[in-house]
Amino acid sequence: MSTTINNNAHTETSPDPDNGYRKYSIGRFDFERDEYFARIKCPTGTHVVDIENFLRSMMRDVAWGFFYGWVNFDEVIGTVNHYGSVDLYMGTYNNAYREAGTNYEERFDSQNLLACFKSILKDWTNEGFDPFAAPLETGTARGPKNGNNDAAVDFQRELADRFVTLPGDSEMRTNERGFPVNRQFSDVDQEEPEVHPEPGFEGEIASFNLFKYLSRSPVTWNPSIVSIVKNSAYCPTSEEHILPIDHGNDRVEWFIQLSDEISWRVGDKDSGAPRAVVTMKAGDVSCMPADIRHKGFSPKRSMLLVWENLTPGLELRYSSGELPPVPAEF
Amino acid sequence: MDVKTIFASIDTHTKGGVEITGKDQASRYLFSNMFEVASNAQPWERIVIAKNLEFTIEVTRAEGISSWYTCAHDETALLMQGATEIHFIKPTDANYIPSDDKEGAVKLANEPAGERMGHIVASRGHLTLMPAGSAYQFRTSSLGVILIQSALGDESIEKWAEICQH
Repeated sequence: MSTTINNNAHTETSPDPDNGYRKYSIGRFDFERDEYFARIKCPTGTHVVDIENFLRSMMRDVAWGFFYGWVNFDEVIGTVNHYGSVDLYMGTYNNAYREAGTNYEERFDSQNLLACFKSILKDWTNEGFDPFAAPLETGTARGPKNGNNDAAVDFQRELADRFVTLPGDSEMRTNERGFPVNRQFSDVDQEEPEVHPEPGFEGEIASFNLFKYLSRSPVTWNPSIVSIVKNSAYCPTSEEHILPIDHGNDRVEWFIQLSDEISWRVGDKDSGAPRAVVTMKAGDVSCMPADIRHKGFSPKRSMLLVWENLTPGLELRYSSGELPPVPAEF
Repeated sequence: MDVKTIFASIDTHTKGGVEITGKDQASRYLFSNMFEVASNAQPWERIVIAKNLEFTIEVTRAEGISSWYTCAHDETALLMQGATEIHFIKPTDANYIPSDDKEGAVKLANEPAGERMGHIVASRGHLTLMPAGSAYQFRTSSLGVILIQSALGDESIEKWAEICQH
């Protein structure tokens, strides 16, 4: 794979006279949409995706800054994060494409590709459609151009520097801050812990109701950060319906199921070939090894604690084989 | 329609699991259930249920009053079952303060001398910060389960073969 970085910015057309949407190009990739589908073209072929699935996937890729490793929009297209640059690919992690030689990829400066994706999201997201929301909580992206929903696509996830509620750090989610309790967590206890600092220690001890915090998440499949211990980050999230992308791990991550249930379909990172189904119920704990991709299915809105190791350079230590893909053996 | 969010406990948990559908092994997922682990633990043992290089998530069965602990770095405690008080002291005796490079919790022989920092009363779902350099003690009146975000240290117990799906 070429590691030459394309530093050129994207280009975009004026709105299509028939459906109102702009077309975008970056490198040798072209993006266009119609009333139902996104169409991605590269020198080796065309890939067609349901527009709502495409926008949900692209929303996560943008919000997460290309995340850790692979963000497979589906079995054909996606991105690989190299932390400063990003590969955009078609078929590179699909055996059939590779065997046919129809895979194609280009490496872009991260900021340029991010700007391209943000522009696409803003233009292609219609009023009433929130790509972060569960399907039962939003309208449709289908049809001709109909306004926009910048408030939704500009949503910023909350990232604590050390611990939520410490002075100057992330705040608790409340009605006043625009975070009402979600319909599927209306039974979650909203009582806060009692914090009794002695004089002089105000702001040094802290505690908050994490379940209340999660019950007020307005989005799905979008981890926040609530506590950092050195490079250990608690990244809890609320999940409903289907994780729009298949996340390919470039490092080990862990899932702790705090409530309800999620099933994970696990495949081989490079080929997508099925490997396992991991069903997690409340209290279950499972690692996601560094050599797999995974996609989650949550039949009811659930609370998931994603646990990440933020140590810089881990992706290289795993890809070089210095670290095994599994964090413990027995 | 009534909403029912399911939180589990030692008495009510049901466990999922790993089903292999291709070339893989269930043991690679280090799959366990925190309540099952706690149900088989001694009070205040810290059993590692998740590990990522030097970092850990440890589950502890909270029952009665714990020893005093301290740690050179921050830790957090997420109460998954029960209720607890967490009391904090700023130790003044240097012997009770671990060196900066010491990882994981250190159990103290007794309550350290120092300034009282305060206490927290927490119940299920509450996440508490145990700040670096403080000493802390859990006090519970009923059976609890606590997840501790920490690093591998003297108190960490690894027994993957006993707790994980094979």
